[in-house]
Amino acid sequence: MNSTNPKPEARNPKQIAIPELQFTCPVPLNDHATVQMAHGGGGRLMRSLIENLFLSAFAEGQGRGGEGENGRRQTADGGGDVSREDAHAECPQPSPLPTNLRSVPGEGTCTRHAPRPTPHAPRPVAPSHDSAVVRVESDRLAFTTDSFIVSPLFFPGGDIGKLAVCGTVNDLAMAGAKPAYLSAGFLLEEGLPLETLRCVVDSMAAAARAAGVRIVTGDTKVVDRGKCDGLFINTSGIGWVPPGIEVSPARVRPGDAILLSGDLGRHGMAVMSVREGLSFEGALESDCASLADLVEAMLAAGADLHCLRDLTRGGLAAALNEIAADVGVGMEIEETAIPVAEPVAAACEMLGLDPLYVANEGRLVALVAPAATERVLQIMREHPGAVGPVRIGVVTADHPNIVALRGRFGGERIVDLLSGEQMPRIC
Amino acid sequence: MRFIDEYRDPAAVHCLAAAIRAATTRPWSIMEICGGQTHAILRFGLDEMLPHEISLIHGPGCPVCVTPIEMLDKAAAIACRPGVIFCSFGDMLRVPGSHTDLLTVKSQGHDVRIVYSPMDAVALARRHPDRQVVFFAVGFETTAPANAMAVVQADRLGLENFRVLVSQVLVPPAMRAVLSAPGSRVQGFLAAGHVCTVAGLDAYKPIAEEFHVPIVVTGFEPVDILQGILRCVRQLEADRHEVENQYARSVRPQGNREALRLMTEVFEVVPRKWRGIGKIPASGLGLRETYAKYDADRQFGVAQITAEEPAICIAGQILQGHKNPHECPAFATRCTPERPLGAPMVSAEGACAAYYQYRRGR
Repeated sequence: MNSTNPKPEARNPKQIAIPELQFTCPVPLNDHATVQMAHGGGGRLMRSLIENLFLSAFAEGQGRGGEGENGRRQTADGGGDVSREDAHAECPQPSPLPTNLRSVPGEGTCTRHAPRPTPHAPRPVAPSHDSAVVRVESDRLAFTTDSFIVSPLFFPGGDIGKLAVCGTVNDLAMAGAKPAYLSAGFLLEEGLPLETLRCVVDSMAAAARAAGVRIVTGDTKVVDRGKCDGLFINTSGIGWVPPGIEVSPARVRPGDAILLSGDLGRHGMAVMSVREGLSFEGALESDCASLADLVEAMLAAGADLHCLRDLTRGGLAAALNEIAADVGVGMEIEETAIPVAEPVAAACEMLGLDPLYVANEGRLVALVAPAATERVLQIMREHPGAVGPVRIGVVTADHPNIVALRGRFGGERIVDLLSGEQMPRIC
Repeated sequence: MRFIDEYRDPAAVHCLAAAIRAATTRPWSIMEICGGQTHAILRFGLDEMLPHEISLIHGPGCPVCVTPIEMLDKAAAIACRPGVIFCSFGDMLRVPGSHTDLLTVKSQGHDVRIVYSPMDAVALARRHPDRQVVFFAVGFETTAPANAMAVVQADRLGLENFRVLVSQVLVPPAMRAVLSAPGSRVQGFLAAGHVCTVAGLDAYKPIAEEFHVPIVVTGFEPVDILQGILRCVRQLEADRHEVENQYARSVRPQGNREALRLMTEVFEVVPRKWRGIGKIPASGLGLRETYAKYDADRQFGVAQITAEEPAICIAGQILQGHKNPHECPAFATRCTPERPLGAPMVSAEGACAAYYQYRRGR
């Protein structure tokens, strides 16, 4: 959580020129409209950011209730970490500092700029802790991490915050785990509007609530303007794997049915539709969503579900290729069975992109034992987390490591991994 | 999807494939000129639906593939100059020059940007009057009008900081070069529909006459391509050599006059080097003297840069239809999309990349 600081003078609150602020300190520093270097400096400004923005958002109404401890300990220490012990729904908004503590005349300093709160300063939150201490309900934990970079930060159907929560939640769900706790690390670019950050943080809180997870620890660093593209987020997640659940590529067998939870390519094309220099009209929204509830429903039925994989970068093609290569099996999929919505198909045609390779953020493939196919499909059909689920193919012992697609005219072709990103074509 | 689904209709496709089988009595070699057509043929498996008498030869119609290696060296050299913003279509960035490619140059900290239109580069030049903005003007007749428009716009705006590195090529001279090459197997052509949408059909009649080859201007969807092949086969079987227009929904015989006027105002016909083929007279476009101040080649003094291809790469033979990618000893071994030895392995529309992506190991 601690990184080396390339410009300590800009981040160390002790270095801020104090004399001119000595007696009155008239400008409330937390009124900045944009992120300042000092927001990562371990001082008041950072504490204000953590308390007013992160804690207030992440403490409110997260989780599905009843699972947490009563402790409401939160921390805001010099490293920019925020951790709490099972933060709970009723966590109060931090109260403003009383006026009599805003400056201490005659001491040649201003408490606002003290490197650490004095013992007399009010603590709107409980005492510090460097780590979150959480309870888990299984001795089998799933643990994953992912970093999120997207341009623009807001796109039709989502934003980087929702993406950062759903992405990690989905990775946990794919291991058959019930997502429980997330960490959130922020890299903020100096000059980022705080309103933007607030929108992202609120969106994360809403996504966490919807997914039934709690954001229990976090970290903030500010980098010089130009050193990152507005805002990067890392989330790590812990989930618990219920007894008897074994979802893993290792269980994939020839003959398994390949089920897809919905249509392809919405996220990638929605982001592209608003990218600078490439805006195009259309009713395209990202599919960004938590898949945890869908997976829970699929697992609850006790059907013989071998492997799950969410489709993210590289799309369906990358997901199937990864599994095929890891397990040493082949895959046969049917082009005509794979759903692609018309606006996505049209945008892909225009840019020369193949929807099989376009990113998704709310779709999964399930590899299930042949006998369980209909049952799992039925559960998916009845769940709002799947949007027109279909069987798209089968795992085969033929052509190991190769994903083959039977085309609409009957011919077969390889669906290979791309060597890099798909690039829009020249003509 | 309207205007797409009709042309991918399985019943129509199977019907056309049957018609081609019925029309074919002898072996024929037909070249599809355009890389977009090559890609569609392999993606949809159209070649596997044809009778074995018909061989499709994949032509040089991929702008990324035929851009000469020295032009990529020039692009990299200009992109490395201080104060330059180098703008390119995305698919040029991974094409290897002699020593480097534009993606590597970008990773070294130089300002290389992907644009989706040459007008984006003009807009960048307006926004950054203190920088030199260079646009890599690559492509066939399809991209030339928009690239010409960018130069005209920059001129109207009085932009002193906008340049184009021009590597425009023309299709008909390349068809002549392919047909004139010793040992050419090409007996008929599917001409590139979008090129003809701009340039019209005039240039093709003399080629059909002179070389006795049927030329069918063809679109890019499965039904288009099979119709083009069927018409070509029928001509070959009947010993005819005419120019036919399968892609009439887009191509007018006279082309797009406004686009051609703009092209002619800004560009003049010049000899150009084609990657893998060599210099072809009157096969490309260069800026006219009146627009010379926009010519990055002259303004950055890179005209003296020359380079040759790696000897092992048989891209030339592939681009001229003498060999298939499978016949190259380096295919999928030393030459892969990750480490391409030649341009046809780089571009998604390159023949080698299409074989690698769809047919590797078969």
